[in-house]
Amino acid sequence: MAAGNEVSTTYYIQHHLQNLTFGHHPVNGWSLAHSSEEAVEMGFWAIHLDTMGWSIAMGLLFIWIFRKAGKAATTGVPGGLQNAVEMVVEFIENLTRSTFHGRNPHIAPLALTLFVWILLMNSLKILPVDYGPVLFSKLGVDYMKIVPTTDVNATLGMALGVFGLILYYNFKVKGVGGFARELSLTPFNHWALIPFNLVLEIVSLLVKPFSLAMRLFGNMFAGEVIFILIAMLPFWAIWVLDVPWAIFHILVVTLQAFIFTVLTVVYLSAAHEHH
Amino acid sequence: MNINMTLIGQTIAFAIFVWFCIKYVWPPISNALNERQKKIADGLDAASRATRDLELAQERAEQTLRESKEQASQILEQANKRSAQMIEEAREQARAEGERLTANARSEIELEVNRAKEELRAQVSHLAIVGAERVLEASVDEKAHRELLDKLAAEL
Repeated sequence: MAAGNEVSTTYYIQHHLQNLTFGHHPVNGWSLAHSSEEAVEMGFWAIHLDTMGWSIAMGLLFIWIFRKAGKAATTGVPGGLQNAVEMVVEFIENLTRSTFHGRNPHIAPLALTLFVWILLMNSLKILPVDYGPVLFSKLGVDYMKIVPTTDVNATLGMALGVFGLILYYNFKVKGVGGFARELSLTPFNHWALIPFNLVLEIVSLLVKPFSLAMRLFGNMFAGEVIFILIAMLPFWAIWVLDVPWAIFHILVVTLQAFIFTVLTVVYLSAAHEHH
Repeated sequence: MNINMTLIGQTIAFAIFVWFCIKYVWPPISNALNERQKKIADGLDAASRATRDLELAQERAEQTLRESKEQASQILEQANKRSAQMIEEAREQARAEGERLTANARSEIELEVNRAKEELRAQVSHLAIVGAERVLEASVDEKAHRELLDKLAAEL
């Protein structure tokens, strides 16, 4: 392959993996980033418009469908949409009942939101990788990465939300003293081992949101990269790899949404438990 | 991979969606599910109760039928017995009546015979006197021989 071809391949991959970033550039001021370098130079005070837009759109889609089904919900024979929605709701309810051992009516709706929202965001992956960037470049938008969960900001953002809930319920259920005691006296209940326990427990506490975020992001990002690589094959050969990968991703998409949800429920269950 | 404000934005979106779901999405669906569950449970309960009732009713009907059959046969038997008894009674009555009639007739006949005998006896005594009168041609003093004649008549 010629050097030019290599450059264009690298550019293609980078382009497809670049978010549409709006932020304060040291030179250009408040603007959209026109390259990956500009996006990096914007630092923390920038926002990925595509990630936010698509994730909020998926969230609204979830709210809209489920609210509609909920409003029309009857105790009689359910229709098609209601049936599907109720199936998901019951699935989540059973999951929560079997995994969550405390008493908190807010856990099940939280799990439902996480599961369906992440599932919808992940499902955007099934769309061909070129559609987003090509369509939006026709509209004059440089970058468009339509799968929010391939952006570490999105997954880490949700995981931070979960982390906040973990801390909140730990303090609420156990009190400050109880939580401190749990951090310092488990797993080894001896005063001499308090520093060791503290290090262990705080690390394991902090690892929770990161493992949540990285697992989802890693799976989705890797899958996306593979899709992009497959998309660079000659057009008549793409389907040979793309179709099996996409079918496999129907599983991955669901599984990752499920794992995120289950782990959230498990973490919150642990936050409700006294030791 | 740059960490930026998107992180905060996503956390805020997460919080809002979760809040909305807790407040407005979950309750109606959950309520409908619970209510339907209750309804179905009630329906199943009612169905099983109805089945039990039906079984009970069938059993009762069978029992009633059996009882009434028994009663009918009992009544029939009683009637048979009663009729036999009645026939027996009638027969007995008829026999007694017959016997009574026979006895009556016999006693009447005896009475008649006795009367005839008496009459005969009187007539014989009269005839004897008349005969003796004829034989003797003498006038036998009836009064004088009365005692003798009576004795004679008694001997007849």
